[in-house]
Amino acid sequence: MGVEQTKTLGNGFVTTSLDKLVNWSRAKSLWPMTFGLACCAIEMMAAGAARFDLDRMGVLFRASPRQADVIIIAGTVTKKMLPVIKTVYEQMPEPKYVIAMGACASSGGVFDTYSVVQGIDEELPVDVYVPGCPPRPEGLLYGLMKLQEKIMKERNSFGAAIGVGEVVNEA
Amino acid sequence: MSKQVVEKLKAEFGALVLAEAEHRGETTVTVERTEIVKICTFLRDACGYNLLSDLCGVDYLGRTPRFEVVYNMYSISAKTRLRVKVLVEEADASVDTVSGVWSTANWHERECWDLMGISFNNHPDLRRILMPADWQGHPLRKDYPVQGPDREPYQGRLS
Repeated sequence: MGVEQTKTLGNGFVTTSLDKLVNWSRAKSLWPMTFGLACCAIEMMAAGAARFDLDRMGVLFRASPRQADVIIIAGTVTKKMLPVIKTVYEQMPEPKYVIAMGACASSGGVFDTYSVVQGIDEELPVDVYVPGCPPRPEGLLYGLMKLQEKIMKERNSFGAAIGVGEVVNEA
Repeated sequence: MSKQVVEKLKAEFGALVLAEAEHRGETTVTVERTEIVKICTFLRDACGYNLLSDLCGVDYLGRTPRFEVVYNMYSISAKTRLRVKVLVEEADASVDTVSGVWSTANWHERECWDLMGISFNNHPDLRRILMPADWQGHPLRKDYPVQGPDREPYQGRLS
């Protein structure tokens, strides 16, 4: 990180406008992989249902990880489930993001025991943590919007898409 | 009603019935573990207890015998319940399986083996059911650390 300069397509007006276009199209049509494990899944369903509609944000829940670009880990992650989560995450194509929803996915929650993974960030790179037990649907919506803001701030997305360098993410 | 069942049980298996108790309408019988399959078959066929509601292990750390296996059974037609307890030593923590009598005992005995370490003789498929397959130890024993064996023990308040 910093020994060699990251290759980008440049900072010109056209390049950054193309980056903004790619970022906008990625952020405004996030397709999550349904990964409801425990109680947070109910709140995720509520967020997707009629009152706090997620579909108007472009969010379509896809059942297959191959067609998803964000995985919302909603619920307690047990050590027995961890290899399954890793397999599913590895099946998702780039670019992919992770939202840890709820206290259990962020840090193990109330369950400081032998069988619960103390936070999914032990294994996966989490982009957004949504606190709550469970977080209200508005909370999940806010977390998704924060992820959208994070995606909009990425640089060189167009360059990465055509193969020149990597996406630069200042978080 | 349950008193008659206990009398029938004592008449059939006299020496094996160790104790009986009744509390608030619930009858509990403690038996020897050697003939548990015969006792359960008798209870199912002759006394009509056709549903095994629960089979669980109990850990009384500090007492010999350390473990107990508790069979909760229910008679669907007569709507009565019975509890049968079996005392299990720690050194030889094994009981005959009753999955031949009630099929639901199959998974309950797997759970008992997984979490308590009480093994069941002649069980068709005795392997872990709740913990990962390569887990070491039996988590619900009273001397198992709550945070797991590879972490520091909890230093804070318990409540």
